[in-house]
Amino acid sequence: MSKNVLVVAETKNGKLRNVSFEALTIAQSVADGGEVAAVLFGSGAAAYLEEISRYGAARLYVSDHEALSTYTAEAYTQALASLIQEVQADIILMGNTAIGKEVAPRVAARMGMGLISDCTSVETNEGNLVFTRPIYAGKAFEKKTFCKGKEFATLRPNNFEKVIKPAQTELVSFQPEIQDLRKIVKEIVKKTAGGVDLSEAKIIVSGGRGVKSAEGFQPLRELAEVLGGAVGASRGACDAEYCDYSLQIGQTGKVVTPDLYIACGISGAIQHLAGMSSSKIIVAINKDPEAPIFQVADYGIVGDLFEVVPMLTKEFKKALVTS
Amino acid sequence: MKILVLLKQTFDTEEKISLQNGKINEQGVEFIINPYDEYAVEEAMKLKEELGAEVTILTVGPSRTESALRTALAMGADKALMIEYNGSEADEYVISNLIAAAIRNQGFDLILGGYMAVDSGAGQIAIRVAEILGIPQIAAITKLSIVGRNATAERDVEGDLETIEVELPFLATAQQGLNEPRYPSLPGIMKAKKKPIEKVLADELEISNEERSVRTEILDQYLPPKKQAGQILTGEMDHQVSELVQLLRTKAKVI
Repeated sequence: MSKNVLVVAETKNGKLRNVSFEALTIAQSVADGGEVAAVLFGSGAAAYLEEISRYGAARLYVSDHEALSTYTAEAYTQALASLIQEVQADIILMGNTAIGKEVAPRVAARMGMGLISDCTSVETNEGNLVFTRPIYAGKAFEKKTFCKGKEFATLRPNNFEKVIKPAQTELVSFQPEIQDLRKIVKEIVKKTAGGVDLSEAKIIVSGGRGVKSAEGFQPLRELAEVLGGAVGASRGACDAEYCDYSLQIGQTGKVVTPDLYIACGISGAIQHLAGMSSSKIIVAINKDPEAPIFQVADYGIVGDLFEVVPMLTKEFKKALVTS
Repeated sequence: MKILVLLKQTFDTEEKISLQNGKINEQGVEFIINPYDEYAVEEAMKLKEELGAEVTILTVGPSRTESALRTALAMGADKALMIEYNGSEADEYVISNLIAAAIRNQGFDLILGGYMAVDSGAGQIAIRVAEILGIPQIAAITKLSIVGRNATAERDVEGDLETIEVELPFLATAQQGLNEPRYPSLPGIMKAKKKPIEKVLADELEISNEERSVRTEILDQYLPPKKQAGQILTGEMDHQVSELVQLLRTKAKVI
């Protein structure tokens, strides 16, 4: 049965987020002949029309409503809820991002809908959509389905393929009614280093207590730069003030699923594993051969990170130049 | 000021997860206050000390959850409300409807909760409650100050810092870094024994049949497949390093 799918796209630092393309790709596979539409809130959204069209959306909804120019969960909620009605969406997909985590539950509550959060896989079983999601910080998984109403899910970034499928995308502007809930965003301080976003990074070089100091992160940064990746950290490194908490990966902190995770001087406490154990390939570099991180690692080097990491950087530089 | 804290009792984060009949096994498990909810309780205590407030703790769950409520009362909360629910099928939609029904028209100025529960990891309940009650929310706060009816909060947005201003009443969810939760003191534990816990059965709350009917269901819970043992490289360090680069490029194909 064909279904209308609405994808809530998102930008970050002026670029469409990768998870939005992943959501559009999933949308194609679950629409079953129905229409895939996208919505992008915020001013200047129309500029992303061409990029959205590469992933097969039939329409892109934008709104120049003043209340949507700066993100607030309350305004986005009202706008999205009215759009879901307008386009008669059967399935709504968005990223499990900071915005998705706030807006999706609010919209679901507003419209009396179910919501399956933080999905890592979506499949069809006898015509029904089945959503897989990690529970207990990735120590277990569950499969969920909808038994009533519209289907609404948020997707964990980096867990779905994105497939280009060019389409003619029609730009449609809409004007939702938005009631002011008197919340003011006063200031946004960017603490995350420009460039690669941790939650969507394909490669992460991460440091733990073993980096010993703030300066100790320098060789990790150099390796990450050569690989075009991002730098992360364990809670231990953040607690010891070697780096900002914005880099923290773990049960508290960010959950990441990169293609390659290089853990340097990280022992592998269960709280850290919860944030990175689903990475496709894990490399551990640690002096202690008994460190639990080696139990989840695909490849391990027992050695001093201050020796190994610069050597790796050099070797990758060499290899990537000759390729 | 009247503060409500939404609290969930969860598995201790160090617990090993096992299965029984396709469901997560709760037998013999150590239960704690969900760590993010503990930050919410602590924040309520700090506001109470600073501004004066009556703090109520609310939970939904089976009778075992009473111990989590006692712990929160021992930390200094004034009273607790327990929505007794022994089933496992209620989803976020139903649970948030139950909570909203229990607290509606009680005039809470501030509702605090955790950013998410470490068991389900969905992070839906508190935010749904805010929407049902029609109040604004600030998710993942790392700092909160209240002067009169005005509040300023800092929140974590994927590592960036957002400063929000809002008027009471509103709901906020606690992120790590908000505070350092206190341990209950011995006198606190003694006092908590005499503090009231009001119990109401989920079935007795006045919500419509529609509001009681789940939207989602769990088909299966399972443990991830055991990861194959990794490969520890050996030999001279420069050889190990070049072998690793080779493996990542030609075998794992991630670079």
